Amino acid sequence: MLKYILSRVVMAILVALTVSCISFALVYASGDPAIAIAGENATPADIAHIRHQFGFDRPVPVQYGDWLWKALHGNLGVSHYFNQSVASLIWPRLEVTMTLGLCAIVFALVLAIPMGVIAAMRPNSIVDRLALLIAVMGQAIPSFWLGLLLIVAFSINLGWLPASGTDSWQNFVLPTIVLGYYAAPAIMRLTRAGMLEVLQADYIRTARAKGLSRRKVMFKHALRNAIIPVVSLAAVQMGFMLGGSVVVESVFALHGAGFLAWQSISRNDLPVMQALILIFAMFYIFFTFLADILNAWLDPRLRGR
Amino acid sequence: MTYAKLLCSAVALGLALSGTAHANKADDTAEVLFAKDLDNPDIYFSSAREAVIFGFQVFDGLVYLNPKTNKYEGDLATSWKWVDPTTLRFELRKGVKFQNGDAFSADDVVFTFNHMADEKTPIADPVVIRWLDKAVKIDAYTVELKLKHPFPSALAYLANYDAIYPAKYYQKVGSAGFAKAPIGTGPYKVKSITPGTGYTLERNEDYFGGPKGKAAIKTVKVDTIPDTNTQLAELMNGKADFLWQVPQDQAQKLKSLNRFDVVNAPTLRVGYITMDATGRSMADSPFKKLKVRQAVNYAINREGIVKALMSPSNHVIDSACNPTQFGCETDVTKYPYDPKKAKELLAEAGYKDGFSIDLYEYRDQPLAEAMVGMLAKVGIKANLRKMQYSALASKQMKGQVPMAFMTWGSGSIEDVSAITSHFFEGGPTDDAKDPQVEADLKKGDSSVDPAERKAAYSAALKRIAAQAYWVPLWTYSSNYVMSKELKFAPTPDEIPRFFDMSWN
Repeated sequence: MLKYILSRVVMAILVALTVSCISFALVYASGDPAIAIAGENATPADIAHIRHQFGFDRPVPVQYGDWLWKALHGNLGVSHYFNQSVASLIWPRLEVTMTLGLCAIVFALVLAIPMGVIAAMRPNSIVDRLALLIAVMGQAIPSFWLGLLLIVAFSINLGWLPASGTDSWQNFVLPTIVLGYYAAPAIMRLTRAGMLEVLQADYIRTARAKGLSRRKVMFKHALRNAIIPVVSLAAVQMGFMLGGSVVVESVFALHGAGFLAWQSISRNDLPVMQALILIFAMFYIFFTFLADILNAWLDPRLRGR
Repeated sequence: MTYAKLLCSAVALGLALSGTAHANKADDTAEVLFAKDLDNPDIYFSSAREAVIFGFQVFDGLVYLNPKTNKYEGDLATSWKWVDPTTLRFELRKGVKFQNGDAFSADDVVFTFNHMADEKTPIADPVVIRWLDKAVKIDAYTVELKLKHPFPSALAYLANYDAIYPAKYYQKVGSAGFAKAPIGTGPYKVKSITPGTGYTLERNEDYFGGPKGKAAIKTVKVDTIPDTNTQLAELMNGKADFLWQVPQDQAQKLKSLNRFDVVNAPTLRVGYITMDATGRSMADSPFKKLKVRQAVNYAINREGIVKALMSPSNHVIDSACNPTQFGCETDVTKYPYDPKKAKELLAEAGYKDGFSIDLYEYRDQPLAEAMVGMLAKVGIKANLRKMQYSALASKQMKGQVPMAFMTWGSGSIEDVSAITSHFFEGGPTDDAKDPQVEADLKKGDSSVDPAERKAAYSAALKRIAAQAYWVPLWTYSSNYVMSKELKFAPTPDEIPRFFDMSWN
């Protein structure tokens, strides 16, 4: 197990480095960062000056090495735009994003798993169709559109919930629904498929034959086995929600890390971008890792591998 | 933008059903929504418009350009004069206090300017101050600015960008500390500030009563909401009093609701097509020939595009500048829409069957596509290439762009030196490299006599039009949407002055 964990950690670091290396190169492919910083009115001399000042005139690998060396020493640098340390910019925003991500994944799981189980209990019934309809809608509706609809309904017409900002817990209700609903369909369908498969298994028949209650069969025997792939999926979805909530954050004007990442990319604010990409990559890796451990706990057969 | 339309309809329906919104007039607080954030309150370190807007409320420059009269008035200076073409002498206002109680004097001017003009200070947009060699204190209330070279539009930069900071405080807290708690002399002071999110301003009750005037509204809250639709939702909710840069289709819908004031106001931004007349992008650039450039000018139905695709306050321009700018000569060679003549000119230039060319753009695809269609009619097959601004700008500086549809806002500077000189003085964005034009522009840029400047710029602009180096296209406008309670008149420099806002 320890060897397994160690190899995963080394892999994780390599993946994070590769991601940051590629993103660094991509910035240079998308335009000159000096021009982006100088703004529209700058003269060529100004741009050359900025290029030198920020060190953009050095070879890209040298710049990357320099950044990496400092990052490894805990110095993520200073934002070109905010003129503040990257760490001080990221942490408060990460709080917003993590709150939203956690609420959304909880919402998605609470919505999707029972729906999946119920649908699997009566395949092809009205209940199953209804559950599938809800799932398909969740997958088909673009987040920004659902977000706007909810704003119109709950913020403008009913006046129950705020449309933008991060002042209170109420601000997180609508974004949680939007982001969670987007993640729910995949979880629901996987739960349903897993349950259907498991319910055919011999040990379920045995459990039923033993005379166990329907609920016990469903939740203790069937769900525990059916949920293994769902755990992996939920972990990946969680990573997605932290890095990919850009759209939801921008619709609801939640000033989170996803939105900061998007802003930094459009402004070529390298230090912030690099730090966020590194952090997001770490999140993905961490959650995948967590999923593996959870799976090993749920399925003893995996522990030996 | 069908979802936007649907939202508007849904919103209209919602309004019919719901009650009235809560008022902000009651607590004397105006809510302003911007799509982009104030990135750095130490405004010299930002090249964003949001920082210029913030600076206008909190800081003061030496002079102020009155948007109503378009004349310079003394702000922290009371009078000024050009001692010689590279020396500007200012008499400063006495009895002014910074918002932290420090008294304002020549030391503050000298420190701020010398610090920001220093090559070692990494300011964002050096163009705003690097024309300055040094600021010299003559006495406690007299300052002389020594310029590196004659620069008559210095006043424009001093008015728009060059805020005076409290020297002692700034030296104590540094740029990062200043960004957290900025102190100025302006009509508003900062109550709170969250980088990237927003800020709250409160009326400076001790404002010295300069040309900006005392603020009428006590509190102004500025929030960043990137999505236009969410901005509209907050407007409908009664949470917002002021939106700007609202897309035309949405502005029209809002207007029809009759619940808000919708103002379409002109800006300094103009659109143009630039053509590689020197052959640096390709040796056989067709635009080396005058007749081809003229043909392109005749081929584009600018009136038609403005009428069909733009808002009512946009208008066609014929000269390489915005007509409201100082020195913008409009009596130049004109090229009305005439596709037949365009075809003839192309044939005369040896392109009877037209030619194929890459047309780059970064901003307005529908307008660009309309022009591609018009060019096709006369036989020019333009392949549209869309790029990000920074990528296109760097490509253009390298001379790899044969033809581009660009726009230019002149940095809110009401002077042709901010546009014509920028593009036609032989720099890397100059597609003409015309020595005669360059000489005239240099003359205009270095003289301090307004009449002499006007004459020089006029000569340059006339030649630019006659040589058809650009296709000057149109001006741009911006839509402002305000609650009926708020009274505000937009200015073409696109710097909303909160201190000019009041309640109806």
